[in-house]
Amino acid sequence: MPNLKDLKNRIASVKSTRKITKAMQMVAAAKLRRAQDAAEAARPYAERMQAVMGGLAQAVGASASAPRLLAGTGKDDVHLLVVMTAERGLCGGFNSTIVRKARQHAEMLLAQGKTVKILTVGKKGREQLKRDHSARMIGHVDLSEVRRLGYGDAARIASDVLGRFDAGEFDVATIFFNRFQSVISQVPTATQIIPARFDAAAPVEASGAQYDYEPSEEAVLEDLLPRGVATQIFTALLENAASEQGARMSAMDNATRNAGDMIERLTIEFNRSRQAVITNELIEIISGAEAL
Amino acid sequence: MAAKMQFDLVSPERRLASMAVEAVQIPAAEGDLTAMADHAPLITTLRPGVLRIDGGDAGAEAAYFITGGFADVAGPSVTVLAEQAMPVSEVTATLMDGLISDARTAQDKLNSAEPGQPAAAAAAKLVADLEMVKAQLVG
Repeated sequence: MPNLKDLKNRIASVKSTRKITKAMQMVAAAKLRRAQDAAEAARPYAERMQAVMGGLAQAVGASASAPRLLAGTGKDDVHLLVVMTAERGLCGGFNSTIVRKARQHAEMLLAQGKTVKILTVGKKGREQLKRDHSARMIGHVDLSEVRRLGYGDAARIASDVLGRFDAGEFDVATIFFNRFQSVISQVPTATQIIPARFDAAAPVEASGAQYDYEPSEEAVLEDLLPRGVATQIFTALLENAASEQGARMSAMDNATRNAGDMIERLTIEFNRSRQAVITNELIEIISGAEAL
Repeated sequence: MAAKMQFDLVSPERRLASMAVEAVQIPAAEGDLTAMADHAPLITTLRPGVLRIDGGDAGAEAAYFITGGFADVAGPSVTVLAEQAMPVSEVTATLMDGLISDARTAQDKLNSAEPGQPAAAAAAKLVADLEMVKAQLVG
């Protein structure tokens, strides 16, 4: 029979755990709202950007002078995987799902005999990928100091990636992140950012008007593509931030509920053993009295 | 009164303005241009400069500082996608100095790598543009 004192301590400790998970859930809920607002606010820019670039890419795409960011290097031997995860854990399967997706992708590429390089954003992904792919990691971006994600952070990552592309370090770049669907559902997503891909179904300017380009179509596209990369990374970062808070919220909600169940069970056990102790004492007293 | 058109100013982080205006003066890469309703469709890149709005909503900001980006001018609407944008009243000398020194560092790096390249010239122009805006706005 478990010791009464031990049980009591156990209950107290689970209760304080429940308080912590409950607080974390509420913090995550507040942060989630902010992250969602940020993602919402970034949407018009990203959508507009995609629409304009899509139209331009169709116009310029076929010509031989298309920028390398659009046309690619003509090879696809070296792949860069940009794996975006959280800086912190305790958010359910959030980090693992991204890492799993990236790992599958890497294994597929390796099986095809391609070279894989990995750039991690967020330390949780780095920790998980280090085990199998430490030789392939070429860099890491630390965002733990960043309190509010800004476009500047995305631009920094983008210029790092673009610098490596210009130096010929890779041919194809893909970003991995969790797309936010709802608090309980985040979808791990892989998006190819270099060379740029556009939905074929993207609505070309509804008016069908013939645009003038200043200075020229090529020059505008040349200017836009790096911005497009930064915008896509920014969007991914924001989606990821919202997903992280959503995942943490539901994980902490579950943890709080589990702690509640556990407290109930332990309390019942505690009461049972207390009653058993009392019954035992009574039996001892009665049998002692009878013996006289 | 001139016909109005829809004007949107968005940065990656937020939508700064969305209203009906009469005219917008845009600091385009190859010189300022003013877009009014039924302007011919045009897409242009921007240089750092001041974007001015005429005939917007009463009480709305009439001038914004933008650091670059591009503008999409179509007959009934103008959309400016700015890399970084803020009302002119929020521009400070420290902020401009920060931007200028960033641009200088980039320019120096390009110059030391391969002087005389088009990229280096573009960087020099960026520094010059920023300095002009600073002179204009904060003296």
